[in-house]
Amino acid sequence: MTTTTNTPASTSGRPYHGVGDRVRLWWDAQARPTQWLIGVPFIVFIAFLPVLRIPVLTTVGTDFGSVMAQFGMIALVAIGLNVVVGQAGLLDLGYVGFYAIGAYTVALLTSPDSPWNLTDQWLSQDWAWLFCVPIAIAITAISGLILGSPTLRLRGDYLAIVTLGFGEIVRLLADNLTTITGGGQGLKRVAYPRLGESTEHPDGVFSAGNSAPPWNSGLWWFWVSIVLIVIVLLVVGNLERSRVGRAWVAIREDEDAAEIMGVPTFKFKLWAFVIGAGIGGLSGALYAGQVQFVVPTNFNVVNSMFFLCAVVLGGQGNKLGVILGAFVIVYLPNFFLGRTDLFGISIDGNTIASYKYLFFGLALIILMIFRPQGLLPARQKLLAYSRQLYQAARRAVLAGEGRTTPVPADGTVDGRGPAATKDGGER
Amino acid sequence: MSDPNSPESLRAGAESEEQFLSPDDEIMSSEDVREQDLPDGEVEEIDVDLATVRPELADAATVAEIVAADRTVHAEVGEPLLRMEGVTVKFGGLTALDDVSFDIRRGEILGLIGPNGAGKTTAFNAMTGVYRPSSGRVVFDDRPLVRVKRNEITRLGIARTFQNIRLFSDMTALENVVVGTDARHRTSVPGAIFRSARHRREERDAIDRGMALLEFVGIGARATHQARNLPYGDQRRLEIARALATEPKLLCLDEPAAGFNPAEKEQLQELVRKIRDDGFTVLLIEHDMRLVMGVTDRIVVLEFGRKIAEGLPAEIRENPAVIAAYLGVPDDATA
Repeated sequence: MTTTTNTPASTSGRPYHGVGDRVRLWWDAQARPTQWLIGVPFIVFIAFLPVLRIPVLTTVGTDFGSVMAQFGMIALVAIGLNVVVGQAGLLDLGYVGFYAIGAYTVALLTSPDSPWNLTDQWLSQDWAWLFCVPIAIAITAISGLILGSPTLRLRGDYLAIVTLGFGEIVRLLADNLTTITGGGQGLKRVAYPRLGESTEHPDGVFSAGNSAPPWNSGLWWFWVSIVLIVIVLLVVGNLERSRVGRAWVAIREDEDAAEIMGVPTFKFKLWAFVIGAGIGGLSGALYAGQVQFVVPTNFNVVNSMFFLCAVVLGGQGNKLGVILGAFVIVYLPNFFLGRTDLFGISIDGNTIASYKYLFFGLALIILMIFRPQGLLPARQKLLAYSRQLYQAARRAVLAGEGRTTPVPADGTVDGRGPAATKDGGER
Repeated sequence: MSDPNSPESLRAGAESEEQFLSPDDEIMSSEDVREQDLPDGEVEEIDVDLATVRPELADAATVAEIVAADRTVHAEVGEPLLRMEGVTVKFGGLTALDDVSFDIRRGEILGLIGPNGAGKTTAFNAMTGVYRPSSGRVVFDDRPLVRVKRNEITRLGIARTFQNIRLFSDMTALENVVVGTDARHRTSVPGAIFRSARHRREERDAIDRGMALLEFVGIGARATHQARNLPYGDQRRLEIARALATEPKLLCLDEPAAGFNPAEKEQLQELVRKIRDDGFTVLLIEHDMRLVMGVTDRIVVLEFGRKIAEGLPAEIRENPAVIAAYLGVPDDATA
């Protein structure tokens, strides 16, 4: 068999079937500017979901804006954990530890309850949070380095157990170092960005006191997290399509073969750990700012499992997949809360919500049986400049399908042609 | 616009896309927001039409030039590249290699043969740093390989393939090869995040060289196939391409013909010769005597961890010790 540019794909085995595949194929075939043109309005639409208050979607029992803010933070966590688990294949069961370190860094530096509070000295209360975010990222990244250096020589199950221990150590430290962390009392009045202060919002829009929906603090924090998610996605995406990302996937696939092919495996595993930790720390800092109150019970090992669920459920190794996973994890339990009926069927939302872990477990089991690769499975693009190749390969399918079956939408053949985007711009 | 499915508009779309893509390749910043391909196992792999993407690769001489090893090799053909100096490897009480010495000379194809369990793979692993010799030493390119990490050995210039194929199966063929080229790259995390000039240069070079390597071993059109979906023979070829991508001075092939039919073995012989002619030194570990006799310049024979013979293929064929090792010794001869 030589090149098959003129062989219709549908004659040789299974062609691109299914709705998801169609969407992927269509999206991949779009020119870069077109993708931005579609992507940006979509992100804006998601950002305004809490304002639009779409009836079936909006949560009843709790504020939808806050749910989305929580989703934003967990999405960040999932992206960070995905670097470690999905990309490099290192099972980390103590990821909540990094989340906690990020949150406690901000809290310790800005809460009046903390002995290391800087806001009453030289750091202005207004900008304290923003100032502490990079510090939180740096400190968590360093803690990742400290945890990783000895433990990344271990593999598989052993690494999982060590990281599990790490998560617990962080929580127990926060719980028991009462003179510093306030123990079980936690740290209150953590700094947050003082922006948009007015008579209506005396403490600014980011204050937890701004609770009247829809323009409440939850919405504002959701927007902050969207901006951060986009930035982190760009960073992680650049890494993925480089020597670093390829090294991670090679390590995940076959660590010995990777080492023999000249990949410094330990170095790149450590980088994955440090980068993942940094992103977790960023999310923790966001959490501390939003809730403005940090207690050890928020950093249970169960949270680590939830983070891992978001990654596995969404699709390990796929950045968009894990964001979807984070959404499912955060949104579903809140969805049922307080509902009295669903599509006309009467239910008791509070009762259902109290069984949320049961449903959650069932959903996970079913998903793992029927779709073990997750909701949006990964197929990495690990090369920065190979688009031409993929396009050249894809052209054959598109052309083949165009001849044999009616193409859905104008997308596949016409829409992918840059003639439309470049010259005409409209069709 | 006319019927989008008509052959005319298909062709027009394809052409204008080509023009559009080249400049667009420069700006890939938002790849992240893109959705990926198809899930595992449901992938219809499609060949790339190399004539449209990499027309320059149609010329075999150009391909060989891009793939070629360091040209200084030619000046030193015949000089020893790797020396085994009395290497002994023990596993507990078992001596897998017993005081084995031989040279691999620059620009040759050296065959390492022996019956099952003779210590071929052990010798191989001792060379590539997987096992540490309990006595003796391995000198590569005038440098003793003592306490050198495995990934550093690759960067010193020893590459290998695996007896049981060990590709990165989720990656495409091209990505597998590019991982090999990464052994020579120096971009680290900050460079990748900020897309430094070096990163961009290395990425471009990697793809150019990767495509040339795939074409060199004969699977250029399958560059975008996932490694796991490649036919068995192509997987073996991909392993060779990946090893060559690390720009080795010495390429070690561990039973590359395992599971091949005679026609495929014939093609493999040609490929191995082509690799040698392109300036690489090749160590071939192989069972198949026809293949070994047909392709190697010199042969070293091991039995029970010891070297029993060394010489030209014709000499080895006549060597009584080798014949005895392979066929056994008739009872009346020992009596």
